[in-house]
Amino acid sequence: MHTKSIKELSKLLHKKTISCVELTKIFLERMEKYDSKLNSFITVTDELALIQAKNADKRIAENKTTPLTGIPIAHKDLFCTKDIKTSCGSKILDNFISPYEATMTNKLKQAGMILLGKTNMDEFAMGSSNENSFYGHVCNPWNLQNVPGGSSGGSAAAVAAYLTPVATGTDTGGSIRQPASYCNLTGIKPTYGRISRFGMVAFASSLDQAGPMATSAEDAAILLNHMSGFDVQDSTSMQEPVLDYTATLNNSLKGVTIGLPKEYFDENLTTGVAVKIDNVLTELERLGAKLKEITLPHSKLSAPAYYIIAPAECSSNLARFDGVRYGYRCKNPLDLEDLYARSRGEGFGDEVKRRIMVGTYALSSGYYDAYYLKAQKIRRLIADDFKRAYEDVDIILSPTTPTPSFAIGNSSQTPIEMYLNDIYTIPANLAGLPALSMPAGFTEGLPIGVQLIGNYFKEANLLNIAHQYQQVTDWHQQIPEGF
Amino acid sequence: MTTLSEQDIRKIAHLARLQIPKDELKVHGENLTKILNFVEAINTVDTSDIKPMAHPQNLAQRLREDEVIETNQRELFQKLAPLTEAGLYLVPKVINNTEEE
Repeated sequence: MHTKSIKELSKLLHKKTISCVELTKIFLERMEKYDSKLNSFITVTDELALIQAKNADKRIAENKTTPLTGIPIAHKDLFCTKDIKTSCGSKILDNFISPYEATMTNKLKQAGMILLGKTNMDEFAMGSSNENSFYGHVCNPWNLQNVPGGSSGGSAAAVAAYLTPVATGTDTGGSIRQPASYCNLTGIKPTYGRISRFGMVAFASSLDQAGPMATSAEDAAILLNHMSGFDVQDSTSMQEPVLDYTATLNNSLKGVTIGLPKEYFDENLTTGVAVKIDNVLTELERLGAKLKEITLPHSKLSAPAYYIIAPAECSSNLARFDGVRYGYRCKNPLDLEDLYARSRGEGFGDEVKRRIMVGTYALSSGYYDAYYLKAQKIRRLIADDFKRAYEDVDIILSPTTPTPSFAIGNSSQTPIEMYLNDIYTIPANLAGLPALSMPAGFTEGLPIGVQLIGNYFKEANLLNIAHQYQQVTDWHQQIPEGF
Repeated sequence: MTTLSEQDIRKIAHLARLQIPKDELKVHGENLTKILNFVEAINTVDTSDIKPMAHPQNLAQRLREDEVIETNQRELFQKLAPLTEAGLYLVPKVINNTEEE
């Protein structure tokens, strides 16, 4: 039962082969049994889940349903969920019970989904391995010695181990796609502005975007249908109409032109990953797609520009954690200055402190033009590269990451090495484009992912290609041993 | 090449209101130096004619009618605060006694 798709589960719920309460219990029991191995959840909302499941059963009996009624889900612990702890993986929010609900989580609640719990993550979504969490690292179900990726590592591990059918994540520089790739999932970061950011704890506001993480493109499409849409509460929310992303999943790929940016097949890419990408290309050609080499000449500057822009926005956003209005407060502050500095110094972890300091430096008097303004100019060059490329191709394909998942404790020591995990995913965030990672096979027992980047609001194209690929391959249906 | 000293870190940490223990200043200095040298690559391109891009969307801020949409929920929000009294957030004294007459 636990490996079924949303569509299959919904059918069984509607036929009353199984009740929502029974289905919820199956997943709660799996969480209880397996999560001690993974540490993918920070909070389990079992009591709430059973109440919501009971209500969902009532709605099915009354015939007032959506395709998501009664389907369990887990949210990254970065979305504010009313009356439920929302920690962002940080000590500074360890005692924070959100007084309000994020727009996106509310939409899924209204659609009848069941909340199983809140998932582990790198503190404030800063990290690529989930090792930066106050609640401890998360293990990858495909190899418990390895990281699940990050920052949405808990969501990725939980879905990959079938502790929940689907989960939500957020992606500022690759935080949905990189863990999806490391855990054999389909994850999509939509166009900037597609999903409301209201109630999503801000890291870098001009880059952050929420998205679904699932075991198939079809499940991701169903979820995206219900997560998307204009929200008056988010000043950067786009008024663009929401498509039915499931309606075009079965479109033929005949005539679709796929661009291969030569800068993404660089010396950082390992052979194990490169071979799998070649296989994906062969399969897509067989499905009718045409391949074309393209160039995105400023790609190499993406990570350097990102590691100025993201920390700059982070240093400003995280100024709100002051030990006064909510969150952690240090003991016996000497004066107000000491209260701020010690609450923040004791409440934030090392990577968060690093990024706040880099951002503070980049924005400080005398350095603003050299760093922040310059990085924003590079950002435009990167966005313009994509604009030119989409004159010739429909979609851009690349590896999601240069390597498969690595061992826990391996690169924690060198921040720069960790940053290089995101070299292929960062450009889509800087440009604001939608991008997806889908399973592309295994190397030495570890899953690897391929990334599709689309033009603005072309989420449907990405999901169509991923779905068509998943009709002729079964990588996405592999189940990690022991789960 | 930019190199940040312990003194630089102390200054940045102060601006960011972050307490950094003395024995960690050195390693933070080393890490920040590495990061700044990594991002240095942005200077390899001439951008004098390029307009900075602050945001993926070229949109103006939306305006709305000036109407009341939220009610005051002080009690609810202050329940989350570490220390309050009579509807006020409490912080250490900021006015120095010795300056009073």
